[in-house]
Amino acid sequence: MTDFPRDAILVVVEAQASGELEKAAPGLFGAAAAVGTPVALVLAAPGAGSAAEAAVLGAAHVLIAETPDPSALGVPSVDALAAAVEQVQPDAILISHSLNGRDLAGRYAARSRAAISADAIGVSRDDEGVVAHHSVYGGAYNVTSTSTFGAPVITVRQGSVDARATAQPQASETLAVTPSGKPAARIDSFEEAVAATSRPELRGAAKVVAGGRGLGSEEQFALVGQLADTLGAAVGASRAAVDAGYIPQSHQVGQTGVSVSSQLYIALGISGAIQHRAGMQTAKTIVAINKDSDAPIFEIADYGVVGDLFKVVPQLISALEARKK
Amino acid sequence: MKIIVLVKEVPDTYGDRKLNLETGLADREASETVIDEIGERALELALTYADANEGTEVAVLSLAPEGATATIRKGLAMGAGSATHISDEALRGADLGLTAETLAAAIRRVEFDLVITGNVSTDGSGGMIPAMLAELLDVPLATGLSSVQISDGAVSGSRPVESGVQQVSATLPAVISITEALPGPRFPNFKGIMAAKKKPVEVLTLADLGVTADNPDAARSIMLTVAEKPPHAAGVKIIDEGDAGEKLADFLIENRLA
Ligand SMILES: Cc1cc2nc3c(=O)[nH]c(=O)nc-3n(C[C@H](O)[C@H](O)[C@H](O)COP(=O)(O)OP(=O)(O)OC[C@H]3O[C@@H](n4cnc5c(N)ncnc54)[C@H](O)[C@@H]3O)c2cc1C
Ligand SMILES: Nc1ncnc2c1ncn2[C@@H]1O[C@H](COP(=O)(O)O)[C@@H](O)[C@H]1O
Repeated sequence: MTDFPRDAILVVVEAQASGELEKAAPGLFGAAAAVGTPVALVLAAPGAGSAAEAAVLGAAHVLIAETPDPSALGVPSVDALAAAVEQVQPDAILISHSLNGRDLAGRYAARSRAAISADAIGVSRDDEGVVAHHSVYGGAYNVTSTSTFGAPVITVRQGSVDARATAQPQASETLAVTPSGKPAARIDSFEEAVAATSRPELRGAAKVVAGGRGLGSEEQFALVGQLADTLGAAVGASRAAVDAGYIPQSHQVGQTGVSVSSQLYIALGISGAIQHRAGMQTAKTIVAINKDSDAPIFEIADYGVVGDLFKVVPQLISALEARKK
Repeated sequence: MKIIVLVKEVPDTYGDRKLNLETGLADREASETVIDEIGERALELALTYADANEGTEVAVLSLAPEGATATIRKGLAMGAGSATHISDEALRGADLGLTAETLAAAIRRVEFDLVITGNVSTDGSGGMIPAMLAELLDVPLATGLSSVQISDGAVSGSRPVESGVQQVSATLPAVISITEALPGPRFPNFKGIMAAKKKPVEVLTLADLGVTADNPDAARSIMLTVAEKPPHAAGVKIIDEGDAGEKLADFLIENRLA
């Protein structure tokens, strides 16, 4: 049996249908390497498990668990994690704070009576063990947490960790998993999302251009995309814009959407409701264009323009294009 | 069919939410508390099903401090048939593990077909209670559903994940969690508010449920430090006089943001 490092941090990553690891993987290994030796658990469909990418991302050792029942939702992953923890005896377990990651963390913690540190934006170590860092109430507070004993199960906010680990030589093995036989929901079908644009991902983006109800229609919302492309930015939206059908929910920024801490955040036709601000007020530089000079978004804007976005934005785009030349 | 809807009382997101810098707990005096909006949507889903299917029982369950009766009453006024309120001093600052253990103990006491929860709460952003409950209750779990069909012995729906959308289904009993893509709640009408006063509200303590807050076998999550961050300060604000686009371009370029 493999001897695992005494300071092992177990990083759980899912292989996508494409065979690539989930997008959060580089940040998870980056976070883990700062507090110990990353050991990967790769969860994959039958025949799709590979150690190569995890090793490149910094895993000193890779355990591969191919699910025996790919249509069972969640349970095989929990069984695999339980088996991996048993073998590795890690100091902490890092999982993405995605929907699947949260299910896995919650179920595993309930099963093993481990403590959870949810939605961390970073990790560190003190004399007692691994500590999770959180940004709560929309970035109004910084909090740290840990477990009273045992390895904490830490879910890491997607796109929140910039650190990357150095590549490791590939060392891997297949993990033997005893199925728990717990009842699971079934995945009856799956429709893969086709990447519609080459724009950056909203989560973890350095620049974000976001549009709100002020864009007025789905057609006019295209202006947000134009400015984003000029700046090489990701596209975000308010909940009102999502509710109005201008753009899919995955672009929603805020309390119940994505949290961003970008270098630049440009809010177009967004009033700046407290729930929207909760997802973007930790951005470094905030720009707002709104025709209502009393819009609350101006309270946190480094640069505010009171004006009609349909006049200001096209001029901004041509000015930026002209100066690029 | 018996449906249990989990509603959480949270600080109103429309107000200023504060943490006590000494205890790290929510400062309950600082803000109004309300039913988390996602819990209202979960209840709406159950009530819509009940409207169309006679003999459906809808009960709300909440673990919340003593004063939370108003929010529970709101659930009853919307149309739930009964409510259970778990309240105990020893639950102050309960972590996810203790919360899930306690809620599971309350759910286990009744024969249920379906537990409906929100996907994430607006105060904790944990989004893990539904998964923990499914594990503790030993039933299937379908989380993050953006559409839901409930039938006699099963529940199904769409489940958007990072790489696409799954269609999932589970036999009952099961735990599901829903997203805010589901319809918003109905307003309680006068009749509902009056009727709510006569509906049963069961109040339970940890002792009633046989749960101990300081079980030595369970690891707990503890807060080590809490610090307040100053709010993002406002900078310049200009009024467009026909050249704001040019000026903004200058600002972005000067700050190496374009
Ligand atoms: C529990 C809960 C969670 C929520 N979560 C979120 C969340 O995650 N994200 C989120 O965004 N919201 C969230 N909300 C909703 C939030 O309260 C607001 O309703 C929403 O953010 C408003 O979106 P908006 O700013 O686009 O629309 P509005 O508030 O309608 O603002 C539109 C703005 O556009 C401006 N405008 C109009 N035309 C022009 C023009 N031609 N040029 C310039 N400006 C123009 C107007 O002056 C106005 O300020 C949540 C609410 C609740 C209760
Ligand atoms: N204290 C609580 N009382 C009742 N339901 C809760 C409680 N905490 C969480 N829930 C349920 O679990 C969902 C997800 O919450 P969370 O995992 O805390 O983000 C909520 O939307 C509720 O439906």
